[in-house]
Amino acid sequence: MNILVLVKQTFDTEEKIVIQNGQISEENVEFILNPYDEYAVEEAVKIKEDSGAGITVLTVGPNRSESVLRTALAMGADKGVIVELEEQADEYAIAKIIKAAIKGQEYDLVLGGNMAVDSGSGQVSIRVAEELGIPQVATITKLSLEGSKAIVERDIEGDVEVIEVNLPFLATAQQGLNEPRYPSLPGIMKAKKKPLERFTLEDLELSEDDLATRTTVQDQYLPPKKQAGKVLEGEIGQQVHDLVNLLRSEAKVV
Amino acid sequence: MNFQLSEDIKFLKQSIRDFVDSEVDPLAMEIEEKDEIPEKIMKMSKEIGLFGLSIPEEYGGTGIGMVGKCAIYEELGRTHNGYTTVIGAHTGIGSVGIVEMGNEEQKRKYLPAMARGEMIGAFALTEPSAGSHATNLKTTAVRKGDKYILNGSKHYITNAPIADVFTVMAVTDPSKGAKGITSFIVEKDFPGFTVGKNEKKMGLHGSHSAEIFFEDCEVPVENVLGREGQGYVNALKILANGRAGLAARNLGSCDKLLEMSIQHANTRIQFGKPIFEQQIIQHYLADMAVDIEALRSMTYRVAWMVDQEMKVIKEAAMVKLLGSEVYNRVADKAVQIHGGIGYIAEYPVERFYRDARITKIYEGTSEIQKNIIASQLKREYL
Repeated sequence: MNILVLVKQTFDTEEKIVIQNGQISEENVEFILNPYDEYAVEEAVKIKEDSGAGITVLTVGPNRSESVLRTALAMGADKGVIVELEEQADEYAIAKIIKAAIKGQEYDLVLGGNMAVDSGSGQVSIRVAEELGIPQVATITKLSLEGSKAIVERDIEGDVEVIEVNLPFLATAQQGLNEPRYPSLPGIMKAKKKPLERFTLEDLELSEDDLATRTTVQDQYLPPKKQAGKVLEGEIGQQVHDLVNLLRSEAKVV
Repeated sequence: MNFQLSEDIKFLKQSIRDFVDSEVDPLAMEIEEKDEIPEKIMKMSKEIGLFGLSIPEEYGGTGIGMVGKCAIYEELGRTHNGYTTVIGAHTGIGSVGIVEMGNEEQKRKYLPAMARGEMIGAFALTEPSAGSHATNLKTTAVRKGDKYILNGSKHYITNAPIADVFTVMAVTDPSKGAKGITSFIVEKDFPGFTVGKNEKKMGLHGSHSAEIFFEDCEVPVENVLGREGQGYVNALKILANGRAGLAARNLGSCDKLLEMSIQHANTRIQFGKPIFEQQIIQHYLADMAVDIEALRSMTYRVAWMVDQEMKVIKEAAMVKLLGSEVYNRVADKAVQIHGGIGYIAEYPVERFYRDARITKIYEGTSEIQKNIIASQLKREYL
């Protein structure tokens, strides 16, 4: 059983976002393995422990992204692949890049996070499934492998959908899928001896069309600061009257 | 000269910090009140390999050097010191004897289970009449066929109530003084071995110490650690090895206290401004920071010397001494900066202050460290 896990390095969820000249500042920022991708890595390692599997973790991003591969290797993955990409690329191009980077490899299962906590787009993994021509199941909360098929539970806005799917397929991990382990100290020590493959864009022979950016970021800004709330007083009828007035005149939503 | 930790060790350190911040520290108050480490934390700590810190990779441990160990101890020192002591006593004095002096058979028998935390280790030297005067042991071991028969008692034995394997020093030949002491690996189930009740302590809650008793306790000959008569030297080696680690734990606690003190000084308003603006508070903080920086430099330098296999008798004593003295100075200033809230048990500063006190006493008092330093100076200069 060969498993590919797609991972991304993101800001630590506790970082304060600072915008300078329209760009998000990376100064003194701690980077982590995207939490949803951590569920995907954990799921792969659990499968490896239960029934044996080879796990490759792959990331596309700047050089510093290597640290998330080390985390995944320390958790139990076997091999890392990094495609070094310093410039911005959109989800379309990244899916093409991933397809090119795994050319010639066969995977029975591809796992990714439901979304990256920074961009929040939730696009890359399912685009990879499309590129590979395999089915995809998004936001899964349970995965049971049974021979050449799998029974998957997915989160559908508070309800559960149970799906049977044949291997190979791609699934994206939702919170609740598992409880990711902390990398063990022996795991961390072993991780540095595990193979790590590096690609640059030049190595991948992608066409200009593959890499052409389809979407660009026009502007970035922080949400407005939350204003202090207003408590209405008086008779209920009066309060409703005031509320409707405020929604019209101040909030301008009705 | 390179004062940077390697990327690997930085990664280890960060990983332990994440674990401590998310899993252990939120339960620190509970550990303090219940005087018990929650089973969940013990289990997780074992799973991530914290109990195998001193044990080589081939026996299932982490096999990291002293610098790496100190980096991890520093992170553990940032949280509840009782928790840190349960792990520190096991990975330090509790397992180092078997790692350093054990023969192949002993290592294979004990170390893998100790690395997994399934067997807990303890070190038993101190007796009612043999504290700092470590050669004045009264516990005896008499050879009888293929066994030694141990009689006597030990006290203040850290981890005794939960330990499975004890490194015990006992007198095999009273006529030879320090050279008549032998060390043994004693299992808790050996006939004639019993553990007394838990001692109530000022601090280090959750870490338990107790008396242990040997009444015609039978220890097989193959459980002699090293050679007969080598016990005192073994004990000194085991203790010396642990000293940089103790300093690293103190360093982590100091760092945490400085962080809390700066936060508090910045938010506590008196006389219309944060107390941080008061020059006296600034000086306190500066003194703490300088002390901590000195401790950090010395800790990692001694750890590096250990990894280079250099002789560190004097330096290990120095760093143990500096670590405990700095911890006590920093804890005292932290309480002072915090004022009333620093004396209240609902806030962690008070706990660190109590936990700091033992560091000047255990594993060789500050005074004994000075004796060791002076005797080394005498060798070097006279």
